[in-house]
Amino acid sequence: MANPIDLDLTAHEHAANLRAGAYTSRALTEATLTRIHAQDAHLNAYITFTDDLALPQADAADARLKAGQGAALTGVPVAVKDLLSTQGIQTTAASKMLEGFVPIVDCTVVQRLKDSGAVIVGKTNLDEFAMGSSTEHSAFGPTKNPWALDRVPGGSSGGSAATVASRGVSLSLGTDTGGSIRQPAALCGILGLKPTYGRVSRFGVVAFASSLEQVGPFSRDAEDAANLLGAIAGVDPMDSTTAPVAVPDYTERFGRGLDGLRVGVPETFFGDGLDDDVRAAIEQAIADLQANGAIIDRSVQLPAASAALPVYYIIAPSEASANLARYDGVKYGFSVKDGRSVEEEMAETRGRGFGAEVKRRIMLGTYALSAGYYDAYYLKAQKVRTLIKREFETALATNDVILTPTSPSVAFRIGEKVDDPYAMYLNDLYTIPVNIAGNPALSLPCGISQNLPVGMQLIGRPFEESTLLGAAHAYGSVTDWHQRTPPPLG
Amino acid sequence: MALTADEVRYIAKLARVALSDAEVERLGGELSSILNHFQVLNDIDTADVPPTAQSFDLHNVERVDETRPSSPLEDVLLNAPRREDDYIRVRGVLD
Repeated sequence: MANPIDLDLTAHEHAANLRAGAYTSRALTEATLTRIHAQDAHLNAYITFTDDLALPQADAADARLKAGQGAALTGVPVAVKDLLSTQGIQTTAASKMLEGFVPIVDCTVVQRLKDSGAVIVGKTNLDEFAMGSSTEHSAFGPTKNPWALDRVPGGSSGGSAATVASRGVSLSLGTDTGGSIRQPAALCGILGLKPTYGRVSRFGVVAFASSLEQVGPFSRDAEDAANLLGAIAGVDPMDSTTAPVAVPDYTERFGRGLDGLRVGVPETFFGDGLDDDVRAAIEQAIADLQANGAIIDRSVQLPAASAALPVYYIIAPSEASANLARYDGVKYGFSVKDGRSVEEEMAETRGRGFGAEVKRRIMLGTYALSAGYYDAYYLKAQKVRTLIKREFETALATNDVILTPTSPSVAFRIGEKVDDPYAMYLNDLYTIPVNIAGNPALSLPCGISQNLPVGMQLIGRPFEESTLLGAAHAYGSVTDWHQRTPPPLG
Repeated sequence: MALTADEVRYIAKLARVALSDAEVERLGGELSSILNHFQVLNDIDTADVPPTAQSFDLHNVERVDETRPSSPLEDVLLNAPRREDDYIRVRGVLD
């Protein structure tokens, strides 16, 4: 009998073993499915398992591998956020509004994953319509943090983060509109990357705030994130906001080390609201970077970024109120059919189908866009957005990356903030400015406090994800925070 | 500033979202509190600043206007809550 497969390996280690014939994708996929099914009794990281889809994909990958055509992701299990449309597989956005909805096409990102030979094992839990920072706003119940089951994994891509952190899968995809990849990556102790706006197609991704969101990878090391980003990035004729910029090999800067890397550290991101233990871990990371040759610049100023939270909570709900107008109970999804009129049925469908946070944001956005308030809120926010974007351009003219905390605190307890909307919004204080500006950013583990992971954020110039991944790779070669594991489940 | 219950009901009507009286009351307080946090924007001078709608400068993306096959009818109707023959059924809009 063959040795059992070590499921704690990274994706590139699995890919190398698959190419070498050490085991098959079918064996790896079956073992992965067994593990994630078992873990989910503790984590609730998945809304749908896709066993029936995964096994034929694994067999197809094995045929490719046997023919010597294995690439970086061929045969490797990947989980995707249940905001990404999957042909023939229920796609819920964690909302009662879309329960049972079966897309008739794959989103471009899932299509590209399939083309790469990756095996899709499940659809992960999230805050309803990606609105939230804890995965508590899910119609399918909260996801638990593998480091402490009474704590949130962050959100909105909490399921995708939790399943990678618990070694269920080595790779997953999330979406990031205001921090929904980076913040859960930080709270779960893994790497999460939000690409530059326009880098990755949004076609077929359930829309929340179209000018802010991007799909991006979760992984445990920089090499896996680079390979997954490379597989999904690039122009898509179905999304005219994708940029006609060549997709590089995202590992191109690996091996260059930290020597001479110019790192800007903006004081604005270290003010009130940042927990002392997170601050201490970030300062230690800065010291480690400096000790390994990085040049630290503490003169960077990003004053307008401190206004990013109100800008975001005007722009994102405004776009959401327009995007979510499509859920009317007529063409698909949840539908109330016993009203007295079309209008009543629509309003009842939306009143009963949407959860509390989604309704709050639709109301906020409708108000901000309504007659008499448009100039004061939406237009003003768009002008401040210009100032924030310019600040990042200036700061990154003299620095290669900007370093900040990812989240003001480590993972908080389930239920702790769910009744206070603004306290929940503050979780994304440091990630939101980046979506406003459109730059790429990643979060990587840089410490442990209270037995919980701390993450730091690296922000880069537009379309320079390679610089961020190169820095993360170099940091991972001189520290071992990314190799820390949560306690065993159960 | 504080939103009145009537204002909340008016926004809900614009958004086509049915709310219970309890929801109207709760949302009035929550939205007022959130809107108060927006006041800091008034302190930022944006006199000569143009708005940014989208962060990456991409304009007028065009493609050739040609016919392409659309999705099969059965696929399109697959998720319809109410179907009649090859149509999606809706409530009468006109009396």
